[in-house]
Amino acid sequence: MAVSAETAASTPAAGTGDRNPRARRAGRRRTALTFWLFVGPFFAGLLVFTFIPVVWSAYLSFFDARNTVAPLPEDFVGFDNYVHMLQDGAFRDALITFTIFAAFIVPLTFACSLGLALLLNKVRLARAFFRSVFFLPFACSYVVAALVWKMSIFNGVRYGLANSILDLFGIEDIAWLFDPSPPWYWLVIVSLRLWIQCGFYMILFIAALQQIPEHLYEAAYVDGAKPGWQTFWHITLPQLRATSVAVVMLILIAAYQAFDEFVLLIGNQAYARPPLVYLYYNTLGMVQDLGRGSAGSLILALIIAIVTVLQGKFFGFGNKES
Amino acid sequence: MARSKQRTGPVGYRPGIGTKGSRVLLVVFLSVLALVFLIPFYLILRNALATDAEITAPDWMWFSPAPAWDNFTKLFSDPAVPMARSLLNSAIVAVLTTVGTLFLCTTAGYGLARIPYRHANKVFYAVLATLMIPGAITFVPSFVMVSSLGWLSDYRGLIIPGLFSGFAAFLCRQYFLSFPRELEEAARVDGLGYWGAFWRIVIPNSGSFLAAVAVITFVGAWNSFLWPLVIGRSPDSWTVQVALSTFLTAQTISISQLFMAALVAITPLVFVFLFLQRFLVQGVAQTGLKG
Repeated sequence: MAVSAETAASTPAAGTGDRNPRARRAGRRRTALTFWLFVGPFFAGLLVFTFIPVVWSAYLSFFDARNTVAPLPEDFVGFDNYVHMLQDGAFRDALITFTIFAAFIVPLTFACSLGLALLLNKVRLARAFFRSVFFLPFACSYVVAALVWKMSIFNGVRYGLANSILDLFGIEDIAWLFDPSPPWYWLVIVSLRLWIQCGFYMILFIAALQQIPEHLYEAAYVDGAKPGWQTFWHITLPQLRATSVAVVMLILIAAYQAFDEFVLLIGNQAYARPPLVYLYYNTLGMVQDLGRGSAGSLILALIIAIVTVLQGKFFGFGNKES
Repeated sequence: MARSKQRTGPVGYRPGIGTKGSRVLLVVFLSVLALVFLIPFYLILRNALATDAEITAPDWMWFSPAPAWDNFTKLFSDPAVPMARSLLNSAIVAVLTTVGTLFLCTTAGYGLARIPYRHANKVFYAVLATLMIPGAITFVPSFVMVSSLGWLSDYRGLIIPGLFSGFAAFLCRQYFLSFPRELEEAARVDGLGYWGAFWRIVIPNSGSFLAAVAVITFVGAWNSFLWPLVIGRSPDSWTVQVALSTFLTAQTISISQLFMAALVAITPLVFVFLFLQRFLVQGVAQTGLKG
């Protein structure tokens, strides 16, 4: 029989019997049909709205495609768009802005959400209430949060909340957003995202904490481990590894897509302009330079892919998949 | 939740047991944190019900002594501010996106998890690959696609490209992999095919998971900003987030009305959250994001 192990194993499961080749072929065709009945509509959409745009965009990135989605053959420019983007100081600054942002937001979100989850796991009183409160900001959009942060907390004038508090201590008002040095705007931007997303990752950690078998702690206690730092370091943290890797990846991918709060708090300013804000103003602004925009998108996608793979290798993602 | 509530074994190992003092300290600490987390909500409420003069007064005011409820009516009666229209747009987009995503991603997830098609793995890897390409990075190519379809400033452009979430399909597949097989097999013995078993057995028994996916999708669609900003070129097609951002940057309305608009924009979600978050927590625990 010239069937692979995979097919041989899957055919009986398809429930078609294995009496003769023709019946099996018919069964296989029916299985394929059923599969595409389920997956087909979704996959077709994925083709049209993800795969084809990416391929088309890769094509456009080799053309001088200003204000057009179908450039003429003589507009072919080779790698010029890529060279232009990589030599473009503003694009490089955008990558640096992103790197600084990620360096703050990834560890802070990770530590805060894990910390909240551990505390909630410990508390007995009003646990559901605290969980709701910490999770609630996730319901708030970045636009609304940016509005509150910009107009009411960090508005840089006396009636703003932050400056009102500083007043209590006799500290002079700070123009949080409108003065790039010292870079107080990072505090504004990072605290906003931290407030919104901490609760969500906290929920992921709580779910994972509940999966840790209690007998591990029991055994450690019998062996003389002190509850607290020792059990956290030797039991809790290793048990949370798969969740931790997933959480870091999710935070990082979300950080790449940072757009809303930057564009609303800072606008199109060189000192804090992440890649998406740059691409937004440069490819969809007055001149729609889709060739260069596509080249920039692909450079970004490539960087994301490399970082994701490296991060996966570093943390050993996939070694212990359940 | 099969976790036994019964406690056995030695007492001291368990988290949550400490001296009385440390427990009180923990509750106090969490209460302070909770207050800090609630400050932005408080500010929205305070400013929405105040006058501009009260908001900008140099002395801090906890709540306006005379709540300005008419900020609400003013916001909706101002013809220059497309508030009602943008709320309607957001509701339509969020509801249709949620329904569509649920349908497409649960069916796809089930097919990928359960149907022994020869190339199912290859299809799954193709879906997985799209997770590596974050949606927002593809916004330029997707914009090209949508504009060449003529869907700018159109519900189709706002909704359809967002329906095919690789992430939701991935979560659904992980969830259906852990769905008890015996239930489905019983249904198949009774003569139901995959399609029948899916709709009559699997879906009715996946309530909290579906609620979790629905809430996350709805929140994402309601709060989404970049895509509606790119697609919604005419004010008639603005979602509430785009409308808010325009008020914020163009300063076309007063501060108190701006906050009233923000209050109106978050209220539906806060209610959805408060009522459904129990399912969310359960659902997240079942999605396979666990260790």
